[in-house]
Amino acid sequence: MNEVYFDESVILPDIHSATKEEVLTEMSQNLVDKNLVKESFIKAIIEREKEFATGLPTAGFSVAIPHTDIEHVNRKTISVGILKEPVDFGVMGDESETTPVRIVFLLAMNESHSQLSLLQKLMQLFQNEETLRYLVEEKSQKNIKEFIEEKLDFTKL
Amino acid sequence: MKKKQVLVACGAGVATSTVVNGAIEDMAKENHLKVDLVQIKISEVGGYEDTADLLVTTAMTKKEYPFPVINARSFLTGIGTEDTKKQILEELKK
Repeated sequence: MNEVYFDESVILPDIHSATKEEVLTEMSQNLVDKNLVKESFIKAIIEREKEFATGLPTAGFSVAIPHTDIEHVNRKTISVGILKEPVDFGVMGDESETTPVRIVFLLAMNESHSQLSLLQKLMQLFQNEETLRYLVEEKSQKNIKEFIEEKLDFTKL
Repeated sequence: MKKKQVLVACGAGVATSTVVNGAIEDMAKENHLKVDLVQIKISEVGGYEDTADLLVTTAMTKKEYPFPVINARSFLTGIGTEDTKKQILEELKK
């Protein structure tokens, strides 16, 4: 079984955390509770973000794509977190800069060097300002889920 | 012309390097260039110092390498992608 696990329970549309560590802990803990990732995922994701930041200043709302080594993952999933207030994340490839992130795509990947089409679609998704605006403003988990499913087209992976 | 070895690296060697890898593959094909793409973690770059011609990475590198390093964040954000592609092509055609 290697499909992407994706349903309303991995979409957190109203995160109030004030720091990136809190955001990552809240999102990761949710995946641990659902047994999608191992307990070790939480610490690994925070450490990785410290070492290699994943904040991306995009055209609209900044995005972060935290991820870590595959051994912490039980089942492949993408968790989406919408932050009530922007939280500063380090900019990918540029440690001295931060960017105010509103949307977090937490990637729990269980194979290296794969999922190319999924990741490419994801990157396309956050290169579109309208798409990001929709995600930031939409409150319904169901709508967000359907919207992302349509954009990423999980069925064709 | 010798096939160029291009390292594509990110922090985990899982996510962003996959995307960058795909982009360079497409680019090479479009331009009829043969490239030896190696997708790795940034921590593994040292092992390729003798063979690599170019490093394209989304992670930060403080270290100095004997080959050019190109930042590939634009492939992820969509901002400045054309410039990055141009830089990479120039290196591949050298």
